[in-house]
Order: sequence, then structure tokens, then C-alpha cells
Amino acid sequence: MDRVRDRVVPVITILAVIVVAWYAFAVFMNAPFQRDLDRRAGETPTTMEFIGKTLSQPKPTMPAPHQVAQNFFENTFLRKVTSARSLVYHSWVTLSSTLLGFTFGTALGILIAVGIVHVIALDRSLMPWIIASQTIPILAVAPMIIVVLAAIGITGLIPKALISTYLSFFPVAVGMVKGLRSPDLMHLDLMHTYNASASQTFWKLRVPASVPFLFASMKVAVAASLVGAIVGELPTGAVAGIGAKLLAGSYYSQTIDMWAALVAGSVVAAMLVVLVGIAGKIVERSMGGRPA
Amino acid sequence: MTVNQATATRVDQNAVVEARQLGLTFQTNDGPVRALSDVNLTINKGEFVSFIGPSGCGKTTFLRVIADLEQPTEGKISINGMSPEQAREARAYGYVFQAAALFPWRTIESNVGLPLEIIGLSKAEQQERIKRTLDLVNLSGFEKKYPWQLSGGMQQRASIARALAFDADLLLMDEPFGALDEIVRDHLNEQLLRLWRQTNKTICFVTHSIPEAVYLSTRIVVMSPRPGRVTDVIESTLPTERPLDIRESPEFLAIAARVRDGLRAGHSYED
Repeated sequence: MDRVRDRVVPVITILAVIVVAWYAFAVFMNAPFQRDLDRRAGETPTTMEFIGKTLSQPKPTMPAPHQVAQNFFENTFLRKVTSARSLVYHSWVTLSSTLLGFTFGTALGILIAVGIVHVIALDRSLMPWIIASQTIPILAVAPMIIVVLAAIGITGLIPKALISTYLSFFPVAVGMVKGLRSPDLMHLDLMHTYNASASQTFWKLRVPASVPFLFASMKVAVAASLVGAIVGELPTGAVAGIGAKLLAGSYYSQTIDMWAALVAGSVVAAMLVVLVGIAGKIVERSMGGRPA
Repeated sequence: MTVNQATATRVDQNAVVEARQLGLTFQTNDGPVRALSDVNLTINKGEFVSFIGPSGCGKTTFLRVIADLEQPTEGKISINGMSPEQAREARAYGYVFQAAALFPWRTIESNVGLPLEIIGLSKAEQQERIKRTLDLVNLSGFEKKYPWQLSGGMQQRASIARALAFDADLLLMDEPFGALDEIVRDHLNEQLLRLWRQTNKTICFVTHSIPEAVYLSTRIVVMSPRPGRVTDVIESTLPTERPLDIRESPEFLAIAARVRDGLRAGHSYED
């Protein structure tokens, strides 16, 4: 009970502060346009009326929390999941390419890390390129990937997933290089005294030692994958996905839709990170981890 | 009682470790460091030999040379008539490190079974040997526990069991009880002696504790730093059967005094 209170109270407090600040900000941001409207209509509302109006504009500069919540609720729970207006549908489209890209990215990251740890030439040559790859803005690379792949006939899920891959392999590669090198000298000496082969040392020592590093970097990678999938939807003229929803919202000034899509994106990201965290806990437990 | 250089150079069928003019110089950024210099030593089958000296005297380095974890730069060393590398490949020794160095993701039994997995024994034979070695170190009943569930002393016993699992005749121990408190240490010393008598193994034991060295050993090699070298070799006159209170006997104290003299002669007490 105490534990719940210790965890929930701080989170709720921060949430309340954010909501209050958000309302204040919404009033402030929407006030000039509302004043303009009132002046043209020749109305002189009281302060309370004025505030009420700023918080219920159909296309506000800054939507109020309840507007976003209502839109999010309607488009998540009250629509058929196959409907093009359903956030569940759009989230699923983005999620599917996120998961595919995340799988590719994790596999690629592990592969690169194994190469770097075992081949001296790769260790010297690959790391700077990997770091350089992440300094290129993904917004610049994404359209090129889409266009190039479309030219050779690959469209749809794969190009989007590849953008996720591009963002997610990096944390995994860096984390796994660290993880595979984490066994201490004494453990390596021990394997040496057993005359263990390189592959025995790899499977029995390096791989198990790297597991905590893998899950830590996978948490970062899965969030990056989602960003990649959303960014991948922007330049493709995609008709579905959270990215497409954001883009459409900005074309038609549907600010409430945009914010609702943003919330959907955050919910998906949070779910993914939590899922990876739970998977990590389960694996850790099965490897004899000390319960926290 | 001292084994002098002349007798040490004889070729002995019983010899497990034979070092001749052994030297090792590390190349460091501050220039070469002579870790070992002109070490002549023969360790016979069934002996319990302790290496004692201040840090930097090369006692651990010598053990690591035997284990093929360091390569000597001068002289010769043979283990069971083989080079250290051949001996390692033949799994001629078990090695116990300063820390237990158990794999945290393995249970005690699968930690002990690790070397057996690596040499590719059948599951049944692994189980049989794990049971036998855990019995030897009094850890039966802890097979399914993870290392963190055991005390430091029990962890170190598990690591001794792991080193015994090979059933090699030579056991190399590098300050295995150095990190444990004195009460646990006494207890483990007693158990180690019992285990040595039961298994008739040859044990090389590195320590920086004079009582520990005198209590355990049939022979004590006193070493001194800069460069690391052997300054004295002391044969113990204590009986094989050694209760803990033998440490108050005049015989014990006389040997301890000689070890201390040897250390002083090697300038071990100066800085």
C-alpha cells in the first residue's frame, strides 16, 4: 500500500501541475483569436465566458486537455478498429512497421557487435561509421530510402521498417559491444584455464553477461523504432499510421486530431518500453537475478 | 631443511612443477618491470606448497606462469614434464582465483559443472562429479542456489569445488581466502587441509598470511620483491594431522619466526 502511494502520489502531482499549466497556456494561446472573433461579432463576454470560449474552439491554436482527451477517447474506443478515423487502426499500422524495424535493428545491432568484438579490423573500422550514421538527420535520409526502394519495386511496410532499423540498430550495437566485453578478466582467465574454445567462451560467458546490456539498449531502440516509423510515414504520403494522421492534421489545421495522434504515439511508445522492460525482468529472473 | 639449489636441480620423476632460472619481465609504459627473476623450484607430487611475500614479489605471477596465463621471458618451466601450454590443454590443473568468480547466472551445480561442460562430459557423468565435489567442500544441498544466495566463504568453497571438478592432480590457489574474515578463513583452512589429505593432490597456494602459510604447508616458499625472487624455502616439520590449536605450539611458532626472518632478509619490511 505504501509502495503504491509512494509511486502514485508523485506521478499524479506532476500530472496535475502539467494539466493546470496546459489549461493556462491554452487560454493564453487561444485568447487573441477569440478576442478577434468577439470583436467582429460585437460581443462583450464576461471573463468566465471568454475563458470558456477559448477552451472550446473547433480549431484552436492550442487545444485544451479535455478536447484532446475527448477526441482521443472517441477515436480510440467509439470507432470500429477498421475505420480510417480510428486511432487504434493508425497505431496498428505504425506499430507493425515499428516491430518489424525493431526486429531487424536488434538483429543487425547484435550482428555488428559480435563482429566488432571478435574481428579486430571491424573494431577499428566500423565504430566511427556507425556513430557517423546517427549524425545524419533521419528526416533527410527517410525520403531517399523510400524513393530508392520504390525505384526497385519495394514499397509498403519494408521501407518504413528500414527507417526504424536505421534508428534502432545503433543503441543495440553500442550496448552489445559493451555487454559482450563486460565479463571481467578473472572470468576470461578462468575460461582460458579450461582451454575453452572461442565459441565456448562466447556462448557460455559473453552472451549471458551481455543480456542486461541487451535489454537496456532494446528499451532505447524500441522507442527509436517508433520515431523512425512515424518519420517514415511523413514523406511517403502514407494514408495510414500515426505519422500520416499528424501530417493530415497539420494540412487541415485539425490541431485536436494532431494532439490526439501525438497522445496515441506516446501511449504506444510507453507500452513498447514497458513490454521490453517486462521481458527483460522475466529473462533476468530466469537467469537467477536477485529480486529487487 | 632448506632445499638448496643443488638438490632442486635434480630431475625427479615425482616432480609436478619444475622451474629453472625462470624469469619474467613485463614491458610497461614506465619501462620494463622484472616480476620474476632466477626462480629455481621443484614441486613434488602430493606436496602443499605455499608462496608468501609482500605484494609485487611475483608469487601470483609465478602461479599464473604455471597456469599458462603469463608467458615467462627467461628460463624454463615444466608441468608434469609438459610446457605450461600443453599442460593447460591437457587440463592438468584446477585454478582458484582471489575472488570466487562464479557466474552469477548459473546455479552452484551448473557453476561447478561449467568446466565439465567445456570438456564435453556426458550429463550423467557431470552430475556424478558435481555431487562428489560438492560433497568434498561440504556444499551438498546448495546445488540449486544462485551465488548471491551464498555467503562469501560458501562461494569460495563452490569455486574450489569447480576447480576440483576436472579431477586434475594439481590445484593452483591464488590467495583464495584473502577477502574473507578470519573466522571463516580458519574454518576453510581446516577444510582445505582435510580435502588435501583425502584427495592427495598437489597444491600451490599463494598467500600473504604467515599463520595461514605455516598452518597449511608442507613447504613454504618465501619470496621478495624488486625483482621478484625466492629468498628462502622452508620445509615444515609439523605433522600431517593439524588441529587448529597447533598454531600455539612452539614448533609452529618457530617456523613462523623463520618465515618472518626470510621476509626480513628479503627486505620485505622496508619500502
